[in-house]
Amino acid sequence: MAACTALEAMTRATTMEIAGREMETAAEEFSRVVVLLRPRIFRFLLASTRDVDLAETLTQDCFLKAHRNWGSFRGDSTAMTWLMRIAINLQKDHWRNRRMQFWRHTLTNAVDADEASEWLASGESSAEQQLLAKEQVKHVWLAVKELSERQRTVFLLRYVEEQELSEIALATGLSEGTVKAHLSRALGKVRAELGGRR
Amino acid sequence: MNLREDFGNEQGERAEGAEMGSELHSSDEELMLEQALKNFRLSVHAWSAAELSRMRPAVKIQRQRSWRPAMGWALAGVLMAGGVSGGFYERHEKELRTAAAARVAEQQRATRELQAREDEEDLLAKVDSDVSRVVPSAMEPLAQLMAEDETR
Repeated sequence: MAACTALEAMTRATTMEIAGREMETAAEEFSRVVVLLRPRIFRFLLASTRDVDLAETLTQDCFLKAHRNWGSFRGDSTAMTWLMRIAINLQKDHWRNRRMQFWRHTLTNAVDADEASEWLASGESSAEQQLLAKEQVKHVWLAVKELSERQRTVFLLRYVEEQELSEIALATGLSEGTVKAHLSRALGKVRAELGGRR
Repeated sequence: MNLREDFGNEQGERAEGAEMGSELHSSDEELMLEQALKNFRLSVHAWSAAELSRMRPAVKIQRQRSWRPAMGWALAGVLMAGGVSGGFYERHEKELRTAAAARVAEQQRATRELQAREDEEDLLAKVDSDVSRVVPSAMEPLAQLMAEDETR
């Protein structure tokens, strides 16, 4: 009887130890995911909103939500796609709530196309090239501003995050055909904006 | 990243076999678009990296913000209470005015009634006095007859 009780206690202790170790592993795994993917999620949200504070808040919310549901992440898609889906939904919720709360302070800290196009990669050599690049970036921003929410999301995932069409389809919950259609329309608008520049 | 594929596939689906060449643009434009998209990507990456690397001081939430909505609600409550009580006061005043007017009308009616009654009493008294003055003269012959009988 006593042996049986001791065995049960040992089994329980081992199970708890394994569960604890699994939890530790999951926590470590999640920490690695945060370190690795946080800059990309932030970058996507920054490009979507052009608002640093809002992008930071939504990034925090995204990882908080991901942390809560990390146990239920089955790995059907990549962690990046899963997180991007959460980020897209959070962004949608944010704008929906914003529309509902129209009586509140509606101004955002979003920067305009001019300010956003100030950022250039350091590789541009001559001043003329830098000016040209800045002009191009400004016009792309202007076109992006005019895109619908879905078109913008798809466009940014493709041309900023360089994701594959299948990944974009998974992240947005759209079919690949719809993604292509949105992408084509978005590109058309960018092309028109760049064409109008000349 | 294949621009031709991204732009061309949907056009192809939409046009269903239409001539791709007519929809696609010259290679110069393609190059410019590619260059613009590349610059845009690099710009967003640079901006994001700069924002991430920047030290962002934690900002203490200002206390002011917490009492501002409370102040707003309190003000709204005061205004609402003022509106409601003003309405009640106005209604009460109206009722008082109506009651006073009714009271005055009642008094006037009572006065008129009293006056009418007094007038009627005066009239009756006058009639009585008239009658009392007439009746003795009308009974005069009888009185004389009675006086004659007594003397006989």
